[in-house]
Amino acid sequence: MDKFTVHTGTAVPLRRSNVDTDQIIPAVYLKRVTRTGFEDGLFSAWRANETDFVLNQPQYRQATILVAGPDFGTGSSREHAVWALLDYGFRVVIAPRFGDIFRGNSLKAGLLTVVLSEKAVQRLWDDVEEDPSTQVTVDLGERTVRWSGEVHGFELDDYTRWRLLEGLDDIGLTLRHTDAIAAYEAARRPWLPAVSA
Amino acid sequence: MGRTLAEKLWDSHVVRSAAGEPDLLYIDLHLVHEVTSPQAFDGLRLAGRRVHRPDLTLATEDHNTPTDYTLPLAGTSSIKDDVSRTQIETLRKNCADFGIRLYPMGNAEQGIVHVIGPQLGITQPGMTIVCGDSHTSTHGAFGALAFGIGTSQVEHVLATQTLPLDRPKTMAVTVDGELPHGVTPKDVVLALIAKTGTGGGQGYMVEYRGSTFERMSMEGRMTVCNMSIEWGARAGMVAPDETTFAYLRGRDFAPNGADWDAAVEYWKSLRTDDDAEFDAEITLDASTLTPFVTWGTNPGQGAPLGSAVPDPSEFADESDRRAAEKALLYMGLQPGTPLREVAVDTVFLGSCTNGRIEDLRAAASVLRGRKVADGVRLMVVPGSMRVRKQAEEEGLDQVFLGAGGEWRQAGCSMCLGMNPDQLRPGERSASTSNRNFEGRQGKGGRTHLVSPLVAAATAVTGRLSSPSDL
Ligand code: SF4
Repeated sequence: MDKFTVHTGTAVPLRRSNVDTDQIIPAVYLKRVTRTGFEDGLFSAWRANETDFVLNQPQYRQATILVAGPDFGTGSSREHAVWALLDYGFRVVIAPRFGDIFRGNSLKAGLLTVVLSEKAVQRLWDDVEEDPSTQVTVDLGERTVRWSGEVHGFELDDYTRWRLLEGLDDIGLTLRHTDAIAAYEAARRPWLPAVSA
Repeated sequence: MGRTLAEKLWDSHVVRSAAGEPDLLYIDLHLVHEVTSPQAFDGLRLAGRRVHRPDLTLATEDHNTPTDYTLPLAGTSSIKDDVSRTQIETLRKNCADFGIRLYPMGNAEQGIVHVIGPQLGITQPGMTIVCGDSHTSTHGAFGALAFGIGTSQVEHVLATQTLPLDRPKTMAVTVDGELPHGVTPKDVVLALIAKTGTGGGQGYMVEYRGSTFERMSMEGRMTVCNMSIEWGARAGMVAPDETTFAYLRGRDFAPNGADWDAAVEYWKSLRTDDDAEFDAEITLDASTLTPFVTWGTNPGQGAPLGSAVPDPSEFADESDRRAAEKALLYMGLQPGTPLREVAVDTVFLGSCTNGRIEDLRAAASVLRGRKVADGVRLMVVPGSMRVRKQAEEEGLDQVFLGAGGEWRQAGCSMCLGMNPDQLRPGERSASTSNRNFEGRQGKGGRTHLVSPLVAAATAVTGRLSSPSDL
């Protein structure tokens, strides 16, 4: 996983709430067995059917920060939603609230999801619509989002922050504790079910 | 102070905890299907890792599989779509390479991942159960801590049989009273989601409590727990009781003899202590509930069947209003239209929400001796091959076929637009599944979530209906 420290880029205002992962990437794109190349599936129905959909607007083409309404990434657990956003070029998603599984997936795969208040998101939408070239800086070290004189702090637990700053892989970290896992396994209840291959 | 059921389940699975770090949680059962696993197995190969506990891992094929094949199957040739076939074949290879038991399409034990776990008795109280699928919460009906995970976490569980997690908060949803005639567990959960919104349970492990759940069958509890994710909850659960034990006794993976006695004794301790406190509580009165349907494009956009399509301008909250306007546009519905006047093209009876034997029995009880309305397609898709077999032994298949419906092989089918069972653009369905998102059942398809009873009655009239309308 790539390290995430500070990211500066332009933003795209997605003025929608309840964007579920079926919208982020429809099921037909989930048949693939690869981990990359999902950018064509990102919001594919909206991109195809709505000519004025934000991602179809040229002024937002270079954007690397997606700014969405509440309950972004609800629904299906498909991590493909995170991969599609990353493959398309997004590094950060800002929203007032995220679906839990999506948020967990994003922070594991190195897509920073930032929770800002509805009010702050509203201002960011307004500012970006007025000037799409607005530079937005997301600073993980400081835990702030900054643009045109505005500074908004966000919360992220220290552990996740550290992991992202260092670009550390969870599995590697867990494998430092194989002794604890073995000890737990030795004490499991004997009747718990097990399958033979 | 006492502990809640969720806290007991959590505490008993902590492998390691350290200040400032997530807990490392042991996973008792990892269920795997073809869609969310290929990249995880690839990750293992790249890192030269093996599956730590193949014996705690079980795989099935469900999302991509067609449901119109005939047995005996010749390999994967009945899958016409190349990409889908590759995904199924990839799962088979991964399971063979890593020593994981797989129930392939056509096998007597194959079915939707959340249907086969409980019916095999491998879903038991007190366990932690995960799957790369958000409806893993279904298994919480047994008093297990069960939740959906992403593919990175699938890889993590394969490699270590653990997950680093922060403990979610706890919530109690208490429903008391008897469900009125014709009101099902599906209506309970749809009403709950309409009340809380799709984010209402976010960050919580939810315990469903109260006399309504105590009286509910295991199938009904599974339906409710299944849809926990639709209001954002991390997990849903019901404390195990005599209903749970009776369901499990004698099943393939259930303990036997002295083990059974020891297990039941332990399972009985899995209850929220009287002096435990939840971080949040919601209550609902069962006796006020009526059949519930959705009118919009998320499961929170629902209303009693007896009401009308709402008028977005009456929504106080700005983003709710905009969401409702957009939903009605997509759904092709006018505010004020009585829901009972909404005509459908397709009725889908199936999925991990309502594809179990009890659901098929309920629908058959309505359809017996009746016919599906002209121009309406009724698809009945059992949740597993076992459910299919049992239904056939009870003659339910003949009821569906006799009414003019289709009787299919087991799988996710029209719950999601991934296999050949899909709505065409503009088509409208009454569906017993769990998601009415735009395009969920096929590009441009429109979905109304309903109970099996409403589905069956709707098939007969061609409009959203309950059995009392017949
Ligand atoms: S039936 Fe539907 S919700 Fe259930 S596992 Fe299959 S696709 Fe997911």
